Amino acid sequence: MKLIFRPYSKTSFGLSLGLTVFYLSLLVIIPLSALFFKSATLGVSGLWEVFSEDRIQQALYLSFGAGGVAAIINLFVGFLFAWVLVRYNFPGKKILDSLVDLPFTLPTAVAGIALTTIYAPSGFIGKYLTPYGIKIAYTPIGIVIALVFIGFPFVVRTVQPILEDLPKELEESAYCLGASRFQTFTKVILPELVPSLLAGTSMAFARGIGEYGSVVFISGNLPGKTEILPLLIVTKLEQYEYAKATGIAVLMLVLSFMIMFGINYLQNRASRRLG
Amino acid sequence: MKAKSKNSILRSIANGIGALALISIFSLAAYAEDTLLNVSFDPTRELYEEINKKFVEAWKKKSGKDLTIQQSHGGSGKQARAVIDGLEADVVTLALAYDIDSIVSNSGAVSKDWEKAFPNHSTPYYSTIVFLVRKGNPKGIKDWDDVVKPGIGVITPNPKTSGGARWNYLAAWGFAKKQYKTEEKAIEFVRNLYKNTSVLDTGARGSTTTFVQRGIGDVLLAWENEAELALSESRKANGGNAQFEVVYPSTSILAETPVAIVEKVAAKKGTQEVAKAYLDFLYTKEGQEIIAKHFFRPNDAAILKANVAKFPKLNLFDVRSIEGSWAAAHKKHFADGGLFDSIYSEAKK
Repeated sequence: MKLIFRPYSKTSFGLSLGLTVFYLSLLVIIPLSALFFKSATLGVSGLWEVFSEDRIQQALYLSFGAGGVAAIINLFVGFLFAWVLVRYNFPGKKILDSLVDLPFTLPTAVAGIALTTIYAPSGFIGKYLTPYGIKIAYTPIGIVIALVFIGFPFVVRTVQPILEDLPKELEESAYCLGASRFQTFTKVILPELVPSLLAGTSMAFARGIGEYGSVVFISGNLPGKTEILPLLIVTKLEQYEYAKATGIAVLMLVLSFMIMFGINYLQNRASRRLG
Repeated sequence: MKAKSKNSILRSIANGIGALALISIFSLAAYAEDTLLNVSFDPTRELYEEINKKFVEAWKKKSGKDLTIQQSHGGSGKQARAVIDGLEADVVTLALAYDIDSIVSNSGAVSKDWEKAFPNHSTPYYSTIVFLVRKGNPKGIKDWDDVVKPGIGVITPNPKTSGGARWNYLAAWGFAKKQYKTEEKAIEFVRNLYKNTSVLDTGARGSTTTFVQRGIGDVLLAWENEAELALSESRKANGGNAQFEVVYPSTSILAETPVAIVEKVAAKKGTQEVAKAYLDFLYTKEGQEIIAKHFFRPNDAAILKANVAKFPKLNLFDVRSIEGSWAAAHKKHFADGGLFDSIYSEAKK
């Protein structure tokens, strides 16, 4: 038997690529193309009819709007969390660190029910806000809160490792060269973090658009006011309008893909500038 | 190298397909002959637990065979969709005829004239829509007219996603149509009803939670059995003093909850006979008594009369008398561009 040396990167590339492609088609490509085929049965005019429906447009603005607002809130809150967790030592830090992952593990329906209980007019927080005429549950604000909850670990967990790996010397030399604290932060630290911040925010955003479980409880589902897109898909399915349901799904897919593409472009540009 | 990698891609795909085929063969073999799957909607869970226990005993006595009955519960429409998509149910016991009709038209697994297969339009038990109000009825809600008054908070689920909500809607619609005669006034009535809502949950149980746990609204439109359940839960939690009251309106809808055999599946699994016996059992004295116990109204007049304290006499109208059929009612009210949609698109402007 003859032993041949092969660099590890070439080892059974064929098999691993085969498995990757097979899994990807089974889990992603085939189901998604089925989605397109099913919605194609509507035809262009049918699809257009779905998209131009009043309720769907309102839900579209709400889903993408609330998702966007929540993602931006998460950008700041998540960054603050990551900063605190990396830069400071304090008792209970480990617990705080593991609490961040809770929205990942918790079934979103549970989160939705818990949030609604707290923010409903009779709830723990809601009852102090109601006298001032502030309504949270059953309004778009409630939807944003639910989306902030389920999205914020994304930003924390993408920024945290980058922040940890940031060499101390970088800051020290900036400081020695006469940069102020603010300048050090904006000119030295922040640019390093921009790609990961963008990545985390876009993931939180993507998660928010598709979120169903936590939102249906807190939104109140009033047509044209607090209905989100995923709810409309369920609504169509409930009426056995499979094609229309997939039509909305395709709309979401295409829009999200375009937004993700844009964010990726920004992210690439940001990291290229660093390199 | 190139040819080799292509080969191994093919081989890995073939391996994967082989594994899938094996898995599906095993899962087919797992179907024993004497299992029955009853696909039903949410509030019947406890009812069928008891029915199944009694029927398994009766079946053992009659045929000497052991029987396992599996139950599946969920929103009625969701359950119907699962059957359409191939869930191997032997029988379906759903919340509205429209859902069974949809199985007929979308998959043909249930025969077209299922409604004639069993007595009473294949409805062994029924329910109705009543009001649940807060203790002492502070807003003085007695009938449908009180529900649509300005300033009353109404809790009902979204008819687009919930079968129970469609019954609520049709109950109000039927009342208004009988009371005010003209269609315009009935539309006005339903519009006023939905003006009073601030939350439309996706299902009946969700609405109960909103009303009972969150304390939102003055009146909950609910299935009779759901209202009774909320009442008894509240009694349990508050030492015998319920925080709510049930109000019976002057008239309401006869909420028919039909059953049917899924012939396609039963024929394939050879369970036609036991499936029929199972549904027949619901019509027997024993079955009807269990049904009454779980707050569904039994068909049997004598048993209904014996439980008159539980089920006060009500003026009930059915869907056929107000809209002709469920399919027509659905098309007119709940389909896209139907009356329910127009109520909300106008309210916005």
